[in-house]
Amino acid sequence: MDALFHASPFTGYVYPNETVIPWTVLIVVYPYLTGLVAGAFTISSLYQVFGFTQLRPVAHFALLISLCCMLTVPLPLLLHLGQPERAFNAMITPHVTSAFAVFGYAAGFYIILLVLETWFVFRPHIVQQAQQRTGVMRWFYSILSLGSYDLSEKAMSYDRKWLFTLAIIGIPGAHGLHGYVGFVFGSLKSREWWSSDLMPVIFLLSAIISGTAFVIVLYVVSCKLRKVSIDLSCMKVMAYALWGFMMFTLLIEGVEFLSLVYRGREGIEVILEFVTGPLIIPFFILQFGIGSVLPLIVITFLIWRGTSGTALIVGITGSAILVLLAVLMMRYNVVIGGQEISKTAKGLIAYHPPILGREGLLAAGIVLTVPLILLSVLVRLFTPWHDSPRTA
Amino acid sequence: MQQNEQLENQPDEQLEKQQKERRDFLGCLGGAIACGAATVVASAASSAAVAATAGGAVPPIPNFDWSKHQWAFGVDAERCIGCLRCVEACKRENNVAPDAHHFRTWVERYVTLEGEEKARIDSQADPANIAASGTDGQYRFANRYKDAKVEKAFFVPKLCNHCTHPACVQVCPTGATYKTEDGAVLIDHTYCIGCQYCVQACPYGARFFNEEKGVTDKCTWCYHRITKGLQPACVEVCPVSARIFGDRNDKQSLISQFIQNHRVQVLRPETGNAPNVFYVGIDKDVS
Repeated sequence: MDALFHASPFTGYVYPNETVIPWTVLIVVYPYLTGLVAGAFTISSLYQVFGFTQLRPVAHFALLISLCCMLTVPLPLLLHLGQPERAFNAMITPHVTSAFAVFGYAAGFYIILLVLETWFVFRPHIVQQAQQRTGVMRWFYSILSLGSYDLSEKAMSYDRKWLFTLAIIGIPGAHGLHGYVGFVFGSLKSREWWSSDLMPVIFLLSAIISGTAFVIVLYVVSCKLRKVSIDLSCMKVMAYALWGFMMFTLLIEGVEFLSLVYRGREGIEVILEFVTGPLIIPFFILQFGIGSVLPLIVITFLIWRGTSGTALIVGITGSAILVLLAVLMMRYNVVIGGQEISKTAKGLIAYHPPILGREGLLAAGIVLTVPLILLSVLVRLFTPWHDSPRTA
Repeated sequence: MQQNEQLENQPDEQLEKQQKERRDFLGCLGGAIACGAATVVASAASSAAVAATAGGAVPPIPNFDWSKHQWAFGVDAERCIGCLRCVEACKRENNVAPDAHHFRTWVERYVTLEGEEKARIDSQADPANIAASGTDGQYRFANRYKDAKVEKAFFVPKLCNHCTHPACVQVCPTGATYKTEDGAVLIDHTYCIGCQYCVQACPYGARFFNEEKGVTDKCTWCYHRITKGLQPACVEVCPVSARIFGDRNDKQSLISQFIQNHRVQVLRPETGNAPNVFYVGIDKDVS
């Protein structure tokens, strides 16, 4: 039996069934991925809908990143389910009062939307390839073109209308999906750590910064791999977006935490014991200090000094990597942290994730690499690059 | 005579065989059609089941009509001696994993020492108590306060509260966990997807994950027993009648009398879950 579950030690008094934590690192990965989806889609939409032309070099790439992350989102959930083969029960017979029952529909709708938008964005490329390539790839692109080779101005104008509409629907779609993930946690009255009206907002804002940071890092890596120069104005706009949304995120997180402490409801002593004890390294040092304040200072410094060139690229990319770490830690501190505070409000559970096993760190790490593998395939099939003429 | 019977039966057997072949063929044909329509049928069947439940249809249990009962549970903490026979009986009756991390029912011990404000709390699952019993499958409370000056001490049995507004039922994405007409909260183990959202939602820690079956598990008030007129296993074995179970529709039942004759409390009323396990003799530290 021991191999079947992972029991954790505890201090104080916890209910006997609480020593086996229900949601593990896979459920940390799930909101992290949906966050990357929403954030990358935001970058794509800033160009597609709001006319931020500086973001042109990454707009289509961001859309592919969003699609690859979204295709991976069901994976950690399915891995976590005790009966994954019954997953569709939630869609066939949804229980309408359950926040979880919405997931299948919301995710399904959003995947369709992303696939449609990707198709419209890359249709000229698909048609071009269908006409130029030979053999299997010709067949592949011909099928993808759905028999429409019309690239006339009239057809392209029609496509642009569709793209605009899809992007507009996609904004509330992507953000709604992630706000909903916040609601899954925030609406539970059984856990004081989660039970907050601000949870959806916090999830959403942190999603946008993680997605933006992800696009920055992958854009820089892709430029290095392709040996092309990095568009500095594009990097600057993404850095501004990162800075702005980070300020909001920190502010809302601060307000949420202050409210929790100030309300001081039953169990606040244990929460404070948790915050000032086991949470010092994952929250104060990793999430808040190194992951949030440090990049904020770095980006502020870069903007203030008007830095450009390699220093700007290194500074922004380094900050983006730290932000990615901070948001991952935020998901961990929310999902795992919430379960480490006992429902009794009289004890703490010390969860140390196992490395191996279905719900181990290795499995979660592999899930996190899936979008990157998908992306490395998709960028070869659908070239998303709009590099500046200074291409090396 | 036997030969005659065999001869007489032969045409019947052939006919039966032919009919069976025809049934098999039609079965295959029907199977193919059924596969195509499975989603629609499943959806409709489920809707029908939900409608039937809502309409108060009687489940197929002989001589039992769930619309005629309203079960409730009482705990007289003044009586409990912490012998833990209830916990062991429950594990055996319901095939609960014999370890210190999966319980459909458990007993908490509250001890306030002289000069201390708050009670010290533990349950039979505490590592010190498990060490004292020497096994994960049998339970006892270690005599850890024998040298201390105890001001106040008592035991509190805990179990699923079978709430009137259960948070677990609210969050279940498939409807696998549901409220019955007679007041029990049950789980359909053949339909649960094992997401454990209900485990998170229960404020009482009453639910756990059954790793062997890949589904959620919890106390059913021994539904398989009570629908046959028996008592839940924990009630049956309690030597001091600290656990009381019965039908609130029957005004003379033990539970109706218990609620009528005592000032009862429920756990965590602020959650709005409206529990149906009623307590007597608990203290401010109990939640």
